[in-house]
Amino acid sequence: MRPRLDVWFTEEHAPGLRFSMRVTHELVRRRSDYQEIAVLETQEFGKVLILDGYLMVTEKDEFIYHEMIVHVPLAVHPDIRRVLVIGGGDGGAVRELVRYDTIEEIDLVDIDPDVIDVCEAWLPQLAEKLRDPRVTIHFADGVRFMRQVSRPYDLIIIDSTDPFGPGEGLFTREFYGSCHAGLTEDGILINQHESLFYDEYRVAMRRVHDRLGRLFPVARVYQAHIPTYPSGHWLFGFSSKRYDPLLDLDAEGWLARGIRTNYYNPELHRGAFALPNYIRRELEGDRQARLK
Amino acid sequence: MSQLAQRRAPLFEGLRDYRAARIVRFDVPGHKSGRGTPELTEFLGQAALAADVNSSKPLDNLIHPTGIIREAEELAAAAFGAASALFMVGGTTSAVQAMILSTLGPGDKIIMPRNVHRSAINALVLTGAVPVYVNPGIDARLGIPLGMAVADVTAAIRLHPEAKAVLVNNPTYYGVAADLDAICRLAHRHGQLLLVDEAHGTHFYFGDDLPRPAMAVGADMAAVSMHKTGGSLTQSSILLLGSQTDAARVRQIVNLTQTTSASYLLMASLDIARKNLALNGRAIFRRSMAMADYARREINRIPGYIAFARERTDGAAFFDFDRTKLSVHTRDIGLAGIEVYDLLRDEYDIQIEFGDLGNILAIISAGDRSLEIERLISALADIERSYRRSPAGMLEQEYVAPELVLPPRQAFFARQKTRPLRESLGEISAEFVMSYPPGIPIVAPGERITSTALETILYAQDRGCYMTGTRDPELREIGIVVAPGGA
Repeated sequence: MRPRLDVWFTEEHAPGLRFSMRVTHELVRRRSDYQEIAVLETQEFGKVLILDGYLMVTEKDEFIYHEMIVHVPLAVHPDIRRVLVIGGGDGGAVRELVRYDTIEEIDLVDIDPDVIDVCEAWLPQLAEKLRDPRVTIHFADGVRFMRQVSRPYDLIIIDSTDPFGPGEGLFTREFYGSCHAGLTEDGILINQHESLFYDEYRVAMRRVHDRLGRLFPVARVYQAHIPTYPSGHWLFGFSSKRYDPLLDLDAEGWLARGIRTNYYNPELHRGAFALPNYIRRELEGDRQARLK
Repeated sequence: MSQLAQRRAPLFEGLRDYRAARIVRFDVPGHKSGRGTPELTEFLGQAALAADVNSSKPLDNLIHPTGIIREAEELAAAAFGAASALFMVGGTTSAVQAMILSTLGPGDKIIMPRNVHRSAINALVLTGAVPVYVNPGIDARLGIPLGMAVADVTAAIRLHPEAKAVLVNNPTYYGVAADLDAICRLAHRHGQLLLVDEAHGTHFYFGDDLPRPAMAVGADMAAVSMHKTGGSLTQSSILLLGSQTDAARVRQIVNLTQTTSASYLLMASLDIARKNLALNGRAIFRRSMAMADYARREINRIPGYIAFARERTDGAAFFDFDRTKLSVHTRDIGLAGIEVYDLLRDEYDIQIEFGDLGNILAIISAGDRSLEIERLISALADIERSYRRSPAGMLEQEYVAPELVLPPRQAFFARQKTRPLRESLGEISAEFVMSYPPGIPIVAPGERITSTALETILYAQDRGCYMTGTRDPELREIGIVVAPGGA
């Protein structure tokens, strides 16, 4: 039955556009040193994590995001042992990573210990593997941690929030430079690349793509469909010093691992790199201009 | 005056009351609280436009303060430990000029370092006073001019006992401080006034573990750029006076050139910034200093950079250092400071204060967060990784004693002609040449154009410095003296 007291969480996806979900319970709301953290129970998307008023993940559709930032590089690079996740205190990326027994070490860097506390208490579906013995959690500024990396990683996943605000350092040229320096010779960098559908981040994300293209010989963008993120059409960056995400895809090898997924599969992997024309033009435009 | 009094901000409070009174206005400014200029109001905000008001009885008048401006100035004087304080709305340039105009007449001598800001030499053009330049000393490793050693000031006073005043720029742009205490005693012992250009030293009055400020050592006048590190709006400044200085006379001198429509936005920002500094300055600058110290440690781990601080002090020209300044020597990675400055802006979206031939300077203040500090450090690391080259062939900056042929005024107002810069060797310059920032002249009016000066100008142009001062915007030509004028 529809509740008498009708409470909605609303996020502004564009200046003239709102996205709302009915809230059945407020489970926790806490102010950390860095941000306001809340977990709400919603009618349609289950429990949702909100940071500073922005929706981060929902129980119902988080699998799409987390599978896409982990399985895409793992199906390309045959021998990923050391992995760094920057941001991602909710634990979703780590949960997917620990399913690979060939991964030996996972470092997770998040600036805010309270996010991890809250997720372990209220979102075990995401955070359940944060205590895996291969995982080391570092509470640190991602930009600073990356600058000081001494042993390179095979895979770095930038599981960031948005490019304006506390996570903005994770979209900068200096940070990508540190990532490049902190990757092995055949390492892969995956970054959360926002959406290009609405104006807000379009210019910022075009510059991100351009910066990655100047650092890495392979810099590609791929997509997934995530219902609760603005426009529902979400992008990721795949940058690498050696591997091409399509030419080097090892579909049989990946299938042989027997990892059961809900979104990802090798055919979808190929399709994910087939981008709509408006996005191609948007991303290529800047590189064309630069080459002039 | 007590700390309790510093909780007040009479100008700010007066403006608030004025707004609350909902006065119907048939005076200037004509935008009438922004109603007449919707686009400007949308851009700056209604509150800002409503505070842009005209002088009147309740709001006082900067040219003759008797009400809330006077109260605000008195609170500022107390906060800075000065006998009196004048709010300035023409930048610290106007405060420096007021110091010189109120103490020196035509032909009077003033002892000063050559690495002063152009505003000081401009004031000499206005008065006809004659500079006696002291070698400020130079840190040979870093290539930065320093802050005048006491011994050098002593020597200058011995040679020119008739000089009326000593001007010290303290600290320098790079944060180097002189032994102000000793220089003050020295000047006063010889009957000379001590004037201090404290454009970069506002925070010395409010933080711990910083070089000594001018009013604390007994200086006669000091110009503090509240807008630089004190938090007021750009162009607002304060002129501080010691107990021996006639404030009423100085006010008359200031009024010769200061606007009669002083901006209440600027003045209110001085009042609010002073209150904040008096109440919270200590904590604010402790935090800035900790951030700058952290950044220095991290930058010094990147091979090639020298982020320097007190370890380079020598008890003489490098007497003390302002630890809130983040100055970094870049020449060892093969890049001029100006090149790093340009890279930071163009490639990393980071704007720093300035870059010269061998160094960059970043200002750390109350508005900074560790987020941005981390970006700056990482960007410097990335520049070192991506752009490093051999430092061979880079110009070492050295102090060139200027050959002053004519007082600046006589050269500035001389009958002049222009010459291609490259053919001006040996001529007397009628113009300034400087890169801006920092705004310290390479050549000033009345000085002979030497081969070293020419070489420095051409090198700085080549590295991308923004050169200013000459009538020719491209600085291909320079004005030279044909016959002195300005008598």
